Amino acid sequence: MPLLYDDLVCRDAVELASDYLEGALSWRRRRSYERHLRGCPHCRAHLAQVRSIVTELGRAEPGQLTDDARADLMDVSRRYREERSGDAEP
Amino acid sequence: MDDAELIARPRRGDEAAFGSLVTAHQPAMLRLAGALLTSRALAEEATQEAWVGMLRGLDRFEGRASLKTWLYAILVNRARTIAARERRTVPFDHTDDARAEDPARFAADGSWTQAPVPFTDEVGERLDHAPLVARLAPALDVLPPAQRIIVTLRDIEGLSSDDVCAMLEITPANQRVLLHRARAGLRRSIEASLKRDG
Ligand SMILES: [Zn+2]
Repeated sequence: MPLLYDDLVCRDAVELASDYLEGALSWRRRRSYERHLRGCPHCRAHLAQVRSIVTELGRAEPGQLTDDARADLMDVSRRYREERSGDAEP
Repeated sequence: MDDAELIARPRRGDEAAFGSLVTAHQPAMLRLAGALLTSRALAEEATQEAWVGMLRGLDRFEGRASLKTWLYAILVNRARTIAARERRTVPFDHTDDARAEDPARFAADGSWTQAPVPFTDEVGERLDHAPLVARLAPALDVLPPAQRIIVTLRDIEGLSSDDVCAMLEITPANQRVLLHRARAGLRRSIEASLKRDG
């Protein structure tokens, strides 16, 4: 029986979590990581934590746009149009 | 309204359409510029320049990228120009092969000495993510700049790996290493903060 999987220890397994979520592991690495996870509740908890960080980051709302900031940007657009229509004149 | 329509109207000089683009994208653009420049004033300058860049480039926008990706690419470009001017350029190359997780967490045989500290409170059947959410922003603040920028683009703004590599002119392998370090760094700070609070 040929050795199909590398045996992973936890210290090495945790370094694969992000690439695993990215789908960036080779077939062989993915299989040995998944096999390790099946037997290791701590590394499963670790992966779940990395995954929940990614999920919560995606949910974070940016701050509110203030009326002043919005007015400033509308000014930027107005000035740009004025410049451009100025350029177009003969 | 789809991207093509949102773009066509400011192109015709429609102020209201420009305003709705600003409302939709400026808060996230300011957050992203903040990650790139770490100064509120410079971040605001970068977003202003990005909007002017967008208006200038409208006629060349071909709709091959999404509007958001295109806008963010302009913003990243402007922010990096400003960073260079201010001598705050962030290097994205990584040269060391250090582990992202703390080796002290593992015994000589490579197994955990102690389980990861749980991030969630179990409230009856439900998991409460509040302890994690409250700790994310301070954990982001202490990440090295290159890692913070990558994790902001990928996990907060939701851009693809390909888009981020193109914007920052880095290789996919480099991007993956930085993203891995960033996520691991966040996990470690959150865990450390939970331990401190007991
Ligand atoms: Zn393990």
